[in-house]
Amino acid sequence: MNAAIVGIGATDFSKDSGRSELQLAAEAVRAALQDAGLEPSDVDGLVSFTMDTNAEIAVARELGVPELTFFSRVHYGGGAACATVQQAAMAVETGAAKVVVCYRAFNERSGHRFGQVQSAAAANIDNSWSYPMGLGTPAAMVAMFARRYMHEYGATSEDFGRIAVIDRKHAATNPHAWFHDRPITLDDHQSSRWIAEPLRLLDCCQESDGGVALVVTSAERARDLPNKPAHVRAATQGSSVDQFTMTSYYRDDLTRLPEMGVVARGLWEKSGIGPSDVDVAVLYDHFTPFVLVQLEELGFCGRGEAKDFVASGALELDGTLPLNPHGGQLGEAYLHGMNGIAEGVRQIRGTAVNQVAEVEHVLVTAGTGVPTSGLVLGQG
Amino acid sequence: MIDIEKEAARIAEQGESAPRLARDPVNQPMINNWLEAIGDEHPGYTEVAPPAMVQVWTMAGLHGQRTLDDPLGAMMTILDEAGYTSVVATNSDQTYHRYLKVGEHLSVTTSLEDVTGPKKTGLGEGWFVTTRSTWWVGDEAVAEMRFRVLKFKPARKPEPKPETPRAQAIRPSVNRDTEYFWEGTRLGELRIQRCGGCGLLRHPPGPMCPECGATKPKYLVSEGYGVVYSYVVHHHPQVPGRQTPFVIALVELDEGVRMLGELDGEPSIGRRVEVVFTKVDDELTMPSWRPRADR
Ligand SMILES: [Zn+2]
Repeated sequence: MNAAIVGIGATDFSKDSGRSELQLAAEAVRAALQDAGLEPSDVDGLVSFTMDTNAEIAVARELGVPELTFFSRVHYGGGAACATVQQAAMAVETGAAKVVVCYRAFNERSGHRFGQVQSAAAANIDNSWSYPMGLGTPAAMVAMFARRYMHEYGATSEDFGRIAVIDRKHAATNPHAWFHDRPITLDDHQSSRWIAEPLRLLDCCQESDGGVALVVTSAERARDLPNKPAHVRAATQGSSVDQFTMTSYYRDDLTRLPEMGVVARGLWEKSGIGPSDVDVAVLYDHFTPFVLVQLEELGFCGRGEAKDFVASGALELDGTLPLNPHGGQLGEAYLHGMNGIAEGVRQIRGTAVNQVAEVEHVLVTAGTGVPTSGLVLGQG
Repeated sequence: MIDIEKEAARIAEQGESAPRLARDPVNQPMINNWLEAIGDEHPGYTEVAPPAMVQVWTMAGLHGQRTLDDPLGAMMTILDEAGYTSVVATNSDQTYHRYLKVGEHLSVTTSLEDVTGPKKTGLGEGWFVTTRSTWWVGDEAVAEMRFRVLKFKPARKPEPKPETPRAQAIRPSVNRDTEYFWEGTRLGELRIQRCGGCGLLRHPPGPMCPECGATKPKYLVSEGYGVVYSYVVHHHPQVPGRQTPFVIALVELDEGVRMLGELDGEPSIGRRVEVVFTKVDDELTMPSWRPRADR
């Protein structure tokens, strides 16, 4: 695509930001513009999540963005993350806008917590087949998939735990991470309490307050800006057969994430690269089991083989597929996947705290268990 | 009301109890047993006893009774009567003036040093009772101990939570496309949508058949039997209308569609279950699962 991420910005990641979600959004967007070497007056497009409480016009008002020619929202929770960049890139390519900022900001810990049971969600007719039956949290919804995955492939709680250990290991050396300096062992994981069997506390990502913003513009304009651009090699969304939000339980196979398979096909086809060309993988990690399934959907290993792939050490910083060098959402912060895209940009720039050597391509994925999206970022 | 402080002062004023003679003199077999039990392999304890054993020599034995002037016993009785019925030792500081030799015959005296309270503790409200004991060989004080116990009213266990009424549980939204299902549960029927065009069975239901495009959904009544396809044991957080932990099972019905529901029983994949209907109120009856014996 003829578009690049030229600026990234974030607030601090905390458990109690002490400020409104709008302020977090405005701070993140301002920081991203500063990083890009652009002014609010350069912005003519804004994209966010449907779930974000900050209207594009509200963010524009706070920033002093005078005119917008493109504003858009993407559905399905964390599945929207990479799709905001897709929207921005398409807007830039088609001329709908010249400079588009993607943002996501929330007080997800101190305010509205997604991990609690949202009784109001049952107003959605789809949710009437799960919430009233007692299945009302994201963790429990993922646990239903995880149990079947274990049953079919012999994966264990420890296999899930290895993902948490890797994320926390990487977060331990990232000063921006909530779990900076706080690595865990597999024993820690195994002794953490049950949340929704087979998921333990340390299989579940943290809850965070904060904001992240990304500035997208054309490849040509990117050349005149101060930072090395992260080119959008491919960006795609994915939804699959008989798709539900978190509860696609009625498909033949419960051990897969076919919507991520759709994303994978799109990314490889559009970018012209394949799994072996990926230098860093930033995979959405709200719950550990779906990292394993993603590795399979994206073609890094065969079906049911992710546990062996993970155990081989492939996901370490010096492995064949370094995973979430910033610590992921389990380690850095839960910003609905947007902080993972920022990490992808840093890896391309060569400025990450846990920088992987000679990064040509970074793969970033968005929320799992929901209609989702993905990105391939690359060098110029 | 018992005035605990006044009673404590009375007992303290009585001073030291009369010397109570140890059952046996300091002896090597008991030293050997103690070393073995503690796991102390120090070779030096022949003819002299380990100092930390001092309390052992004057223990009352399995069927021993406190002497009437024992101030700790007296204070415990008073606190028992005042409702502080539980006890836990909190501190024990011992001072040894010299080694005890085999053959020496000890006696012990005890005085009440201090009673403070009432204090709020994690265990419940209670009084800290401190006594001072002295061990003697003849007129020679050979060891001392300050001993503190907490005598407390056990904090009332949190009342078992009242059965959370089903009525608090999250209710389904019902619309034109789904009302046949909830109508069915009210009648004790588990209904599965069946396409009026091609016969496709489908759950969750919808208004248009994805196979043939027909918009004339009908239903069949399930036999209500199936197997657990997957399940979750939910622990955290609390769920309205339910007590954790509880099991939610994704059941594959014998007719071929899957359906979620709470499972009252030990879960395992492949376990045969049958539907149960629980009436919440006139509007709503919830289906759930229970294990079914294999025929
Ligand atoms: Zn049909």
